[in-house]
Amino acid sequence: MTLLEVKNLHVHYRTLKGVVRAVEGVTFELGKGEALGIGGESGCGKSTLAFALMKLVPPPGRIVKGKVILDGRDLTKLPDDVLRKEVRWKEVSMVFQGAMNALCPVFTIGDQLAGPLMYHWGMSRREALERAAEALEMVGLHPDMLRRYPHELSGGQKQRVVIAMAILLNPKLIIADEPTTALDVIVQAQIMNLFKKLKKELSSSLVFITHDLSLIADIADKVAIMYGGKLVEFGPAEEVFIEPKHPYTHLLLSSIPRIDRRTKLTWIPGTPPDLRNPPPGCRFWPRCPHATDKCKKEEPPMVELGRSHRVLCHLYA
Amino acid sequence: MLVPTPSKELLVVKDLRKWFPVRRSLADILAGRERKYVRAVDGVSFTVVCSEVFCLVGESGCGKTTTGKLIVRALRPTSGKMLYRVGEEVLDALRALHVHLEDDSFIDLAGRFRGKADKLLRREVQMILQDPYGSLNPRQTVRDILEEPLIIHCIGGSKEERLELVVKALKDVKLTPPEEFLDRYPHQLSGGQRQRVNIARAILLKPRLIVADEPVSMLDVSIRAEILQLMLELRDVKNLTYVFITHDLAVANNICDRIAVMYLGKIVELGPATEVIRNPLHPYTKALIAAIPEPDPRKGKAIKEVPIKGEVPNAVNVPSGCRLHPRCPYAEERCKHEEPELKDVGGGHLVACHLY
Repeated sequence: MTLLEVKNLHVHYRTLKGVVRAVEGVTFELGKGEALGIGGESGCGKSTLAFALMKLVPPPGRIVKGKVILDGRDLTKLPDDVLRKEVRWKEVSMVFQGAMNALCPVFTIGDQLAGPLMYHWGMSRREALERAAEALEMVGLHPDMLRRYPHELSGGQKQRVVIAMAILLNPKLIIADEPTTALDVIVQAQIMNLFKKLKKELSSSLVFITHDLSLIADIADKVAIMYGGKLVEFGPAEEVFIEPKHPYTHLLLSSIPRIDRRTKLTWIPGTPPDLRNPPPGCRFWPRCPHATDKCKKEEPPMVELGRSHRVLCHLYA
Repeated sequence: MLVPTPSKELLVVKDLRKWFPVRRSLADILAGRERKYVRAVDGVSFTVVCSEVFCLVGESGCGKTTTGKLIVRALRPTSGKMLYRVGEEVLDALRALHVHLEDDSFIDLAGRFRGKADKLLRREVQMILQDPYGSLNPRQTVRDILEEPLIIHCIGGSKEERLELVVKALKDVKLTPPEEFLDRYPHQLSGGQRQRVNIARAILLKPRLIVADEPVSMLDVSIRAEILQLMLELRDVKNLTYVFITHDLAVANNICDRIAVMYLGKIVELGPATEVIRNPLHPYTKALIAAIPEPDPRKGKAIKEVPIKGEVPNAVNVPSGCRLHPRCPYAEERCKHEEPELKDVGGGHLVACHLY
């Protein structure tokens, strides 16, 4: 069953130096209980897309076109107060990038966790703290943490608190934006295990955003690869990782240094496009080894390759 | 891979220590409590051979960056020696300055140097910094950034001569055409280009040893390999030796000749890169390797066993005995009291663990 449907989403930032087209014509769908991994280089629009899913794009950014349909309701049409009372945190929650700094230093963990429960569910402080203690146990922390302040916690513990905060109200959708970037590998593996465990125990869907494709392979059922504000490939994780279709996905996967073998290093020459002034035609052609004259002039179509595997490339048209 | 011939050691680090004092409160002083120290580097010994890539790997807070800073003399060690084999030309200059040399060709970088000797040694060892966004002055153009070390070290008599050297360095790091980059400010460059400027700055003074502190960790995966390849090419062309600091064992696996794994200020395992990664012996190294996610959805999904629990403890209160024992699944009684020594288990593979 489909939980989230994003249709032809466009997000632009109006700056003094021109319009930055951060997200352009993104379309995908996500089922209940599924995990979607969104990957791409920095500046490809993946974080903007995450914020757009909650209609929280920071100004001067704006959703200019498209729909974000969560459980039959188009979030882009809802006014802010409805979003705040009924949608954000209750239905969609987020683990923010740099979650280490997402906690307020002057409140205890307990106060910060109790807040949303008291606001959304109308719980008393006591009930809220009990529920908060449960959430902490789910993420593998001792309920004693409720009385602590953020500075008393290690990086991994803070990350767990932020995740506890995101699952607090049993949301239908959890968005995690680079949740492990600032952590060491061993702690990262612990947090990834936590996400896998939560995914099994809760029925929430997960949107997992990261530049590290290995982490996507670790958890996602579906994969979306973004380049220059566009979704260039979307499909089931097994298909995309084992038989990548878009040249960009292929190059990106082969540039990951591997621990199990020592290979010749490969990379993608050139730099990502300037989103104020993207190249005509396909946005990837200046860096693409298969680029033809057609790619330089015509925008590639979205080609269906069966079983919800789609690719934005002239090669398959 | 280039095999160093003849395998001459370039840098011999012996029992290096750097302790940072922690500020005591007035109450502590009145109560007569002892001063505490952050033992960032606590007795590290290793040898770097000419024209190899020697890798220091570890989690944050293990002392790898401090070790790097000690080698480039940005910090002075609390104790220990760093014997550096000086190049032929510099050697004569240093002899003329009556600087104390050991074994006639080594100089101890832990010592204090002044004036000319100091400058000569600075030129020998250079550093590439981690953050390409923070390590370039935003108010200087690429030309200014690269010209500055030349002015300080009085290389190139005139502005034209210096410009020629700067242009050559830009060509070396493949920022071509150089004229296009000379008058740009750092904000007009991409992350990869900035890191190239950083590398150009490091090679300008023709050093023989470069300490590269996480040179690719802030860059996108898609361009990391390009920078690493450039560094390897420069090593061959300019006969450089790298001390490569990273937290990423997968990167180390792809470019390093030898790896030293650090934990809480100590080296726990050291050996040829392929040996350490294929056949890790120390429980900590094993955990580090097990924790690396692989880009293969068939292998993921299941909960991964990471044998090491919890996080790195504070370097002020270092655990007794083996520093890993509170987190180690194999810890025995002995590990709590006795500190294991770095022992050779064959083929230049060293490990500090009571299990071996």
